[in-house]
Amino acid sequence: MKRKLLAGLGLMACVLASSAAAEKKYDPGATDTEIKIGHTNPYSGPASAYGTIGRSEAAYFKMINEQGGINGRKIVFISLDDGYSPPRTVEQVRKLVEEEQVLLLFQSLGTPSNTAIHKYMNAKKVPQLFVSTGATKWGDPQNFPWTMGWQPNYQTEAHLYAKYLLQKKPAAKIAVLYQNDDYGKDYLKGLRDGLGSQADSLIVSAVSYEVTDPTVDSQIVTLQGSGADALFIFATPKFAAQAIRKTYDVGWKPMMFLNNVSSSVASVLQPAGLEKSIGLVTALYFKDPTDPQWANDPAMKEWQGMMKKYYPDGNLSDGFNVFGYLAAQTLVQVLKQCGDELTRENVMRQAANLKNLALPMLLPGIKINTSPTDFYPVDQIQLARFDGRRWVLFGEVLGK
Amino acid sequence: MFNRQIAKSPNRQIAGLAVLLALAIALPFLVSNYRVFQLNMVLVYAIVLLGLNILTGFNGQISLGHGAFYAIGAYVAAILMDHFGWPYWTTLPAAGVVCFAFGFLFGLPALRLRGHYLALATFALAVAMPQLLKYKHVEQWTGGVQGIVIVKPDAPFGLKITPDQWLYLFTLAILVVMFVVGWNLLRGRTGRAIVAIRDHPMAAEAMGVNIALYKTLTFGVSALYTGVAGALGAIVVQFVAPDSFTAGLSINFLVGIVIGGVGSISGAFYGALFIQFVPNFADQISKAAPWAIYGVFLLAFVYLMPGGVAGFVRLAWLRIRGVRTRANARSALSEMTEPRRTP
Repeated sequence: MKRKLLAGLGLMACVLASSAAAEKKYDPGATDTEIKIGHTNPYSGPASAYGTIGRSEAAYFKMINEQGGINGRKIVFISLDDGYSPPRTVEQVRKLVEEEQVLLLFQSLGTPSNTAIHKYMNAKKVPQLFVSTGATKWGDPQNFPWTMGWQPNYQTEAHLYAKYLLQKKPAAKIAVLYQNDDYGKDYLKGLRDGLGSQADSLIVSAVSYEVTDPTVDSQIVTLQGSGADALFIFATPKFAAQAIRKTYDVGWKPMMFLNNVSSSVASVLQPAGLEKSIGLVTALYFKDPTDPQWANDPAMKEWQGMMKKYYPDGNLSDGFNVFGYLAAQTLVQVLKQCGDELTRENVMRQAANLKNLALPMLLPGIKINTSPTDFYPVDQIQLARFDGRRWVLFGEVLGK
Repeated sequence: MFNRQIAKSPNRQIAGLAVLLALAIALPFLVSNYRVFQLNMVLVYAIVLLGLNILTGFNGQISLGHGAFYAIGAYVAAILMDHFGWPYWTTLPAAGVVCFAFGFLFGLPALRLRGHYLALATFALAVAMPQLLKYKHVEQWTGGVQGIVIVKPDAPFGLKITPDQWLYLFTLAILVVMFVVGWNLLRGRTGRAIVAIRDHPMAAEAMGVNIALYKTLTFGVSALYTGVAGALGAIVVQFVAPDSFTAGLSINFLVGIVIGGVGSISGAFYGALFIQFVPNFADQISKAAPWAIYGVFLLAFVYLMPGGVAGFVRLAWLRIRGVRTRANARSALSEMTEPRRTP
């Protein structure tokens, strides 16, 4: 009797084990104990300020691993330096895919670098997930089903500014300062599209600068001379700060829009001068760590705790560290949803199946949603005005 | 000095080269496609370094701007393939011709400049290149900051090898042609004239060498080599963008010829291996400060192998061959290092 029972139990165990094994499906990079994730980032070279994004992501994965991993599997995060040079990106990504055999590539940074590997990743059918660039071309599931963006794209953001301006000041005379590359031009295109047929008559002056320029003072003077009463600043932090200060110093008082990339209070508005920044309008989607209104926010405390323990050298006032944290959280959610079916196909299926994911460091009301036809995870954004101390959110959460 | 050594053992040298070539042909079938890609880039860099060495090593004109010629070659190939549908192999001569013209024209004003001033002038070219490529009136051709994506060619004639292996073999064939031509150029009358201009321009002129013509032609030929390599590099990487051709690239090339051995043909290979693999190696040792590690390697090479890797290998070879030729080895070493003070 006892033996029969044991045999029966044994048989049951066998059946259970085999059915469990049948459910488990792996592609290269995934096993019972680990998930290999590839990543490229400029840790050296002209864009090395972005390096901290990769470090904050590594820190977050380390924390997840210490807490037991994802469905019992540890994340092996292989992050390589590409120096923001596309040929290096190609080489490093081939190393990750062909030598290291990663399950997926996560948050590879830079528009040119991602363009260089776009076709390769899709030919190899390896997920190029949540690329770290706001260009608009990453959400194209029809032609590139293995590539997905993450942050709100620049065109959508500029579109929203245009709508707001038309509502407030329908006869505005618009001046634009933009960086002379795809990033600046994407914003400019979004603005023109948002203004619609009136774009040509409303925009009285658009002036560009090069990342290598020492200052944008002369550009601001030129723009002021055009007689505009609304100014769009599509510039990276250093130049945005210069533009804000110069505009104030020459006594020009246009309605000012500042792109999200440069909305950090500590690294842009303080250097520009807080009183000179009053009235600026921007669009936000995550909580700025230097904004006093979030000082006692539990999500902010949790993020700071993670930073202090796992990335003690990290700068607690740098928004890039929040950005990396949020992107990493999104990936962890995707991998959780994958369960034991860790195939590349299922990773893309789950990445395109995020429903109302509300991460605590996103602004209240902003949720991540994707679908097989919507490859733009974060596409909501809220306008905010600077009051001299902090960003005051106003209006509805905009976007899809 | 070269001629004497060749004369000693021409057959053995040719046999050695044949073995090396056979190894190089076998290599892509022994390692993974990713390694084939890396080795392919080594071959591409070797062609650049030979071109730069002709100018800097043999002719004594320092260039910090070869990244610009490399970029021009790459863009010529990319534009011809992308806009005009040229087959990839036809873009190489075009890239070579365009770069020769650019190099020759740049060589004309460069005639007035010497030493450090020439280095600065060429550096200006390298610094300006990424922005020139973004210039809005050429944007419809260059694709601006977005660059141009190129389709990777498959192996022809129904060969059952991967595109990576095919491109490697294709590059190897081009490299052999370029090296044979370069070797002949440098060993003949022309080569002696080129070296004479470096070592003693006045004496060269007195012997009837047309310095202006030779210098500009050397500049052109050097740019031609670099341009062909640039075209190959673009096809291998499948992408060109202004960010691929920063001033750092030009500096890397100069590092390559110094490490490999200034004024040495085989040095091009050692230098190419260095610029391809040492940055990766440094990155593996330390994520925090890869360039500090790279710097340590650079210092170590410069101190331990003052004649470049090529000089070191030659010396080591002579040592191995026996004590009886120690005197010869010493004289060979002094021959190796002596003319190198000039550039």
